[in-house]
Amino acid sequence: MINVSVNGRRRSGEVEPRLLLVHFLRDTLGLTGTHIGCDTTNCGACTVLLDGTPIKSCTFFAVQAEGREVTTVEGLASGGKLHPIQEGFKEEHGLQCGFCTPGMMLVSKALLEENPNPSEEEIRWAISGNICRCTGYQNIVKAVRWAAGRMQEQPAAGAPV
Amino acid sequence: MAVEQKESSWLGRSIKRKEDDRFLQGRGNYVDDVKLPDMLHMAILRSPFAHARIRSIETSEAKAAPGVVAVVTGADLVAHKLAWMPTLSGDTQAVLATDKVRMQGQEVACVIAETPYQAHDALGLIEVDYDPLPAVTSPQQALEEGAPLIRDDKEGKTDNRVYHWEAGDQAATDRAFAEADRVVSLSTFYPRCHPAPLECCGCVADVNPASGKVTIYMTSQAPHVHRTVFALVTGLSEQNIQIISPDIGGGFGNKVPVYPGYVVATAASLLIGRPVKWIEDRTGNLISTGFARDFHMDGELALREDGKMLGLRVRMLSDQGYAYADAQPSKFKAGLFHIVTGSYDIPAAHVVTDGAYTNKAPGGVAYRCSFRVTEASYFVERLVQKAATELGMDPAELRRGNFIQPEQFPYASATGFVYDSGDYERALDLALEKIGYRELREEQERLRQSGDENGKLLGIGLASFTEVVGAGPSRQFDILGIKMFDSAELRVHPTGKAILKIGVQTQGQGHETTFAQIVANELGIPAQDVVVQHGDTDNTPYGLGTYASRSTPTAGAATAVASRKVREKAKLIAAHLLEADPQDLEWEADHFAVRGTPGKSVSIQDIAFAAYTNHPEGMEAGLEAVNYYDPPNMTYPFGTYVVAVEVDRRTGKWKVRRLVAVDDCGVRINPMIVEGQIMGGLTEGLAMAQMELIAFDEDGNCIGSNFMDYLIPTAWETPSFELYDTVTPSPHHPIGCKGVGESATVGSPAAFVNAVMDALSPYGITNIDMPVTSDKVWEALRSRGSSK
Repeated sequence: MINVSVNGRRRSGEVEPRLLLVHFLRDTLGLTGTHIGCDTTNCGACTVLLDGTPIKSCTFFAVQAEGREVTTVEGLASGGKLHPIQEGFKEEHGLQCGFCTPGMMLVSKALLEENPNPSEEEIRWAISGNICRCTGYQNIVKAVRWAAGRMQEQPAAGAPV
Repeated sequence: MAVEQKESSWLGRSIKRKEDDRFLQGRGNYVDDVKLPDMLHMAILRSPFAHARIRSIETSEAKAAPGVVAVVTGADLVAHKLAWMPTLSGDTQAVLATDKVRMQGQEVACVIAETPYQAHDALGLIEVDYDPLPAVTSPQQALEEGAPLIRDDKEGKTDNRVYHWEAGDQAATDRAFAEADRVVSLSTFYPRCHPAPLECCGCVADVNPASGKVTIYMTSQAPHVHRTVFALVTGLSEQNIQIISPDIGGGFGNKVPVYPGYVVATAASLLIGRPVKWIEDRTGNLISTGFARDFHMDGELALREDGKMLGLRVRMLSDQGYAYADAQPSKFKAGLFHIVTGSYDIPAAHVVTDGAYTNKAPGGVAYRCSFRVTEASYFVERLVQKAATELGMDPAELRRGNFIQPEQFPYASATGFVYDSGDYERALDLALEKIGYRELREEQERLRQSGDENGKLLGIGLASFTEVVGAGPSRQFDILGIKMFDSAELRVHPTGKAILKIGVQTQGQGHETTFAQIVANELGIPAQDVVVQHGDTDNTPYGLGTYASRSTPTAGAATAVASRKVREKAKLIAAHLLEADPQDLEWEADHFAVRGTPGKSVSIQDIAFAAYTNHPEGMEAGLEAVNYYDPPNMTYPFGTYVVAVEVDRRTGKWKVRRLVAVDDCGVRINPMIVEGQIMGGLTEGLAMAQMELIAFDEDGNCIGSNFMDYLIPTAWETPSFELYDTVTPSPHHPIGCKGVGESATVGSPAAFVNAVMDALSPYGITNIDMPVTSDKVWEALRSRGSSK
């Protein structure tokens, strides 16, 4: 039996000890926005935030999240309004097939909370644990810059949910 | 079809993508997101050997494991005549192995269980007794006398040759070489790599035992073709099969072939009467599905002393894996490889191609490539670079002096292509200007003269590629006999909103936006009012799918034509509403107006409403049209890429300093989306040039079977790109477009490698095969005594 807060909502369930967090999110809770791309922690499609820190949920047991706070892509928008990072990805064409996008946005969120005005190099480093096959990353970098600008203009826009 | 050259607010406009909102909120619907009541899960047992006879398969323990509903082997499929299936190139491929395994990772058995964990657990309980055989791991080895016979299942087959095919004029080419002052040769290998879309392949097969309806959610770039293949393979009636390709997490050609997992999951659902989901893992994807390249090429260029190209000879040997499963629909055995004369006016050419079976995965051609144009472009652009070095000419000037000239289009190439349009020098000039080519050459010269033994080496590489995309004219292209048209069905609703159903399908290319813009351009219905439906065979007209940069050239053309048909009918309704003669009406952006009578007009929205409420007597109600577009020719996008690299001579590490890309894909519908395609393609081009490799050891073990071994560039390794464009419309496409999705993967690998070779040229190094890794560069420099 585990108790986890997911996107601000308390969730509990009976799980096998070996159940991976990504399967708990996708199959038990039906939060399919978190994807699986490689099974070996290389691609980052399964990235979620654990107490605000990005982790790769395909190599993390659900039971390890006991008592902690998980944020998935479904928790980014609030009150029917997109998070500035989501807006940035749309404005700058930072996504194509959309498969890496949830993970990319979550690592970007963690970056901007720590470093509100990152350089291109800092952004590239921060997202380098996540693979995108479509965009060539250039527009993802721009999207994060766009979000940083928006969050500095309107600090409330990026406030934690 | 004449190009309509007119101003429109919808072409050339970078509107934001309509599909983004669902992806941004985790509300996409990829195959693995599909969950049906009572659904079972399938896992695949794969061969650890590249070549082995199967003595026996013992499944009783697996069958008794918790949650297991069925274990399927090749023997079970034989009973249903499903052990083998046809490939898209007319060969056969095993669904589950019966006699032998012919590659590592080949599908041997499947477990179907209540949960995915239970299915995977039971795989370990299946015992397969293999008798290993010698593995064939290269096409050269495959064609040697006495090589182990791989396809002994095929009656009368006594060797490993798949095909021998030639193009061009051998005698004319021999004459050209006899007259040449100089002959420059290049022998190179374009290694096996893999498209590796971030989403692996998979399906959910749902056979309703009561109705007989078969619904398959599938990672498919070509759902209609796959429906037909399923009907042919399984004997199911085609009208009962619905293939739904929902959101697809990248394709790049990897999701064109039919894979065994799809077939077994469907058969299992049919026999068990419950939905069956199969989701491939990454290793399964990398070792068993559609790879790319694996082409050995060597050839010669005949030149006059002044650099004029006279003739080209190329021999190519292709490693096909254990089945000829190229996802390529041309009538030519080696796809479009014979476009190897590229952007150059080479009067004579001869191409000899051979394909061989090996103990590797089948399914070549994938990875953002229009049927082998990638290999062709790489070869000629590398050969031209080598020629420039040997002749002591500037590579830009050698290219310029041999380009097909604008007035030569339509241009018939020596190997049988008819190029539609081009202005190669304009693209070259723009690229050189933007990168500051002369200054770069001066800097390079200064560095070379400085004598600094530890300094960085500067290299400048060019590629002036020509692509051939948009398959294709039905006289040259078909899949299982089905001609390669594509389709669009447009229905305008009473309120003036519309639905467009297309035969192609998107894996991230933005069809939902781009195709809506085509309708908006033709009819003035705003793009946001046009929903684009794709990827569902019950709800779209028949089409051949999205790959080889064909969507805009084919279905995009069909969309424009269907829209014009709607406009023709709208004109008659407008005449009725305006009480005017149709001949007196003029179309203006989004309404018909009576010529010479200001203010007398009717909008497309009002016409749409009238089509259902007040249409002329004798006319059918409604406002819709269908078009199946058979393109008269391929489209030939082109461009020039210039790359500046810095090589660290102490470590062999090379880094892109700048890349300028000039692309000409004709008219651009949504420049933002086009540039997105180009940046993605440049990154994949860099990936092939620098790191991606599916290698095999001598026993046929695949090295590169996960993302720890198969390296893909991250944001950290990827540079920024500088993009520019020229616009030379296609003369035969209704809105002047050419395909673009693959231009950058076709054009850029040679530019990167040319740049590194340019940096190394003072050391006499002229070729390093891809991936050009630091250790290869370091080794090459060291062997010439120039690295510390």
